[in-house]
Amino acid sequence: MQPAPDEVSRHLLSLEFQACPAAVRDALRRMLLRPPLSTLSDEGRGTAELVLAEVLNNVAEHAYPDRPGPVTVTLRQVPHGVSCLIVDQGAAMPGGKLPAGRLPDTPGLALDELPEGGFGWHLIRSLTLDLHYARAGGCNQLRFVLPDAG
Amino acid sequence: MQLQTQTRPNVISVTVLEDRIDAATAIQFKEKMRDATKDGPQRVVLDLARVQFLDSSGLGAIVAVKKLLGPDRSLELCGLTPTVEKVFRLTRMDKIFTIHPSLDAAVAHAASA
Repeated sequence: MQPAPDEVSRHLLSLEFQACPAAVRDALRRMLLRPPLSTLSDEGRGTAELVLAEVLNNVAEHAYPDRPGPVTVTLRQVPHGVSCLIVDQGAAMPGGKLPAGRLPDTPGLALDELPEGGFGWHLIRSLTLDLHYARAGGCNQLRFVLPDAG
Repeated sequence: MQLQTQTRPNVISVTVLEDRIDAATAIQFKEKMRDATKDGPQRVVLDLARVQFLDSSGLGAIVAVKKLLGPDRSLELCGLTPTVEKVFRLTRMDKIFTIHPSLDAAVAHAASA
């Protein structure tokens, strides 16, 4: 099937890989070098790398806790940013919904009470727009828009 | 994970010679930092000027190092690049660490304290 003419002019990138930290790092490098992410400002690319790293490492750690499994990333240029769809076939989100990503109240905490984790969803929620999660056909589907800060 | 350590009379500085501290390297970073700071001065300055990318795993590892050093020693940071600075600011961890603009400033601060 021929893509519609307006789809041809719009940047679209899709890639699939096995979700583990080393493969996530490699995939991020490849994604950042190509449109649509390569068309973002420096700040926009930095934010994109951070958000995608958090999302994809969550897949590696929580959706596939025992062994790596496939994850698909689809990036599409939209006005003022990049729309992202991340699909995996791993375990569903607990309770069928996204973690709240609330930061612990750090000021006043004793040294040994400082959090060493729980930052990821806060970062994702802070840096994305239109964040949606769905579980369908045995797959996790996460959608969001990375706004271009530039 | 390459670290470069320099010990001065009152401060030990550790420069990270990598462009990222991420989920793939956070545990290694924590272990190397523990070894690099096992003995030495009370103040530890972590120079992040070469680090272009830090994710939540890397941030967690830096917090873990601060905790490993214990209440009698301090972990200060310097040379935060823009994306790294953003991670500290968004997670409010910039309120937990003393952050210097550069290694020189951090060492001068340590010397005057």
